[in-house]
Amino acid sequence: MNIVVLIKQVPDTWSERTLSDADKTLDRASSDAVLDEINERAVEEALKIKESGDAEVTVLTVGPDRATDAIRKALSMGADKAVHVNDEALHGSDAVTTAKVLAKAIGTVGDVDLVLAGNEATDGRSGAMAAMLGEVLGWPSLTHANALTVENGTASVKRETDEGTCDVTSALPAVVSVGEKINEPRYPSFKGIMAAKKKPVSAIGIADLGLDASEVGLAGSLSQVDSFAPRPPKSGGQKVEDEGDGGAKIAEFLVGQKLI
Amino acid sequence: MAEVLVLVDHVDGEIKKNTYEMLTAARRLGEPSAVVVGTPGTAAKLAEGLAAHGAEKVYVAESDDAVNYLSTPQVDALAALVERVSPPAVLIAAGADGREVAGRLAVRTNSGWLNDLVEIDGQREGTHSIFGGAFTVQSRATTDTAVISWRAGSIEIEEQAGAGTQENIDLPAIDEATSGKVSNRAPIVGGDRPELTEANVVVAGGRGVGSAENFNVVETLADSLHAAVGASRAAVDSGYYPNQFQVGQTGKTVSPQLYIALGISGAIQHRAGMQTSKTIVAVNKDPEAPIFEIADFGVVGDLFSISPQLSEEVAKRSS
Repeated sequence: MNIVVLIKQVPDTWSERTLSDADKTLDRASSDAVLDEINERAVEEALKIKESGDAEVTVLTVGPDRATDAIRKALSMGADKAVHVNDEALHGSDAVTTAKVLAKAIGTVGDVDLVLAGNEATDGRSGAMAAMLGEVLGWPSLTHANALTVENGTASVKRETDEGTCDVTSALPAVVSVGEKINEPRYPSFKGIMAAKKKPVSAIGIADLGLDASEVGLAGSLSQVDSFAPRPPKSGGQKVEDEGDGGAKIAEFLVGQKLI
Repeated sequence: MAEVLVLVDHVDGEIKKNTYEMLTAARRLGEPSAVVVGTPGTAAKLAEGLAAHGAEKVYVAESDDAVNYLSTPQVDALAALVERVSPPAVLIAAGADGREVAGRLAVRTNSGWLNDLVEIDGQREGTHSIFGGAFTVQSRATTDTAVISWRAGSIEIEEQAGAGTQENIDLPAIDEATSGKVSNRAPIVGGDRPELTEANVVVAGGRGVGSAENFNVVETLADSLHAAVGASRAAVDSGYYPNQFQVGQTGKTVSPQLYIALGISGAIQHRAGMQTSKTIVAVNKDPEAPIFEIADFGVVGDLFSISPQLSEEVAKRSS
């Protein structure tokens, strides 16, 4: 079984996140970067499949030099090797373009049976990359999985979203996105951290994927950001101590605001 | 005028309010055409409401397969219509399912995708609210058709009579090799309370509520205000309230007219899910709780005495 796990380095949600004035893209330099938590669950799920049978796990990321840290984390958890698509030209790619780049990069890994990803990154929050990638590849996408079974060439998931639950099944190859409840990711062991340093990381550019700079990045994207502005910070209003009339005071405030 | 497609957001023929928001927004760009994808008989239930909110046409793609495959029936129906009518925009609800439909449609039709819009103008300039409302971003699609995911609760619904002319369209046969087959569907039905992301008022409880049983204090206040109930991650992780009601970075983003936070400290990740609420009221024992930094009105005190008193006051005024 040949498994690819998509990982993404994102700004830590505890740090200040902002956009870059120059080209209106996410300012990745100004915030702490971490492996997105949901990706660790995708890696964990791949490792569980590997441990219960025979699988090779490749982690794939598209990102700048510093995304190496996210790759090392995934490798130290136990993934076998990595593909790092790193090219200046990719900067500013929109979701559709990114899906096309990921599909091409998956093509470099050989005959892939299963692609695993997180269901939603904490930065872009498009929440649809697995489905979009499936669309590009012509593969089914089984999304928001809180349980996954892979056997006899079939993938089955328990899907859970805010809108409800269902079971989804398809033949392999398929793209599966995992939700928060699917597992608890392991911590890398010291041995794993040491071993990760020797694992192969293949760094490739868009030329290796048969793509031209005009097809990706800000130039190749089908949508563009025209402007952005920080929302004026909301300042606190009135704060009172409860003296037995706190509920009544809120009611008065709401009446004043014509909310009740 | 150009036709603008709106994918009707419904659960087994029960309309979601966001559909009417999308029809309202679509009128700025052209003539709204609603697209109903569902099991046979769905459109009949929805037709009146769609026409009352400005749908000039209603494309009806009905098939038993509509609920048997994940997102493929919706993508197939919309892709065929995009090809046929070349709409300036296709509007789709920005829920988990809708975003997958939108993302796939954008790939298939090679269109720009504007995700999670809260506003759009007649020139197809869309507005996003990102990083939990910390920034607003203006963007546009550079393609003939813009695929738009619309965040519920962003604009006021305006009624306007439309012709609502129905036309049946065929769903192409589903290719099993490229589609996930769905079984054991269990849609979450909201019960009597409004849906969290669509509610005008949200009452949310946090760690300070203390237990699952105590959450009835939150529910009682919510019901007196016809509000949805929300919960912070701390409350959900402690098992006080179900996961689907979580508000925040890893839960839902809400932007109601009124948000009442009970026993929620207001960590940055919670604020990311609610700070664009028009009016925020907070009750917390800790005067230093960060929630007070963004509350329009805050009371330092015990939510178990303040909340029931507020419920009573509200009941007095509405009776």
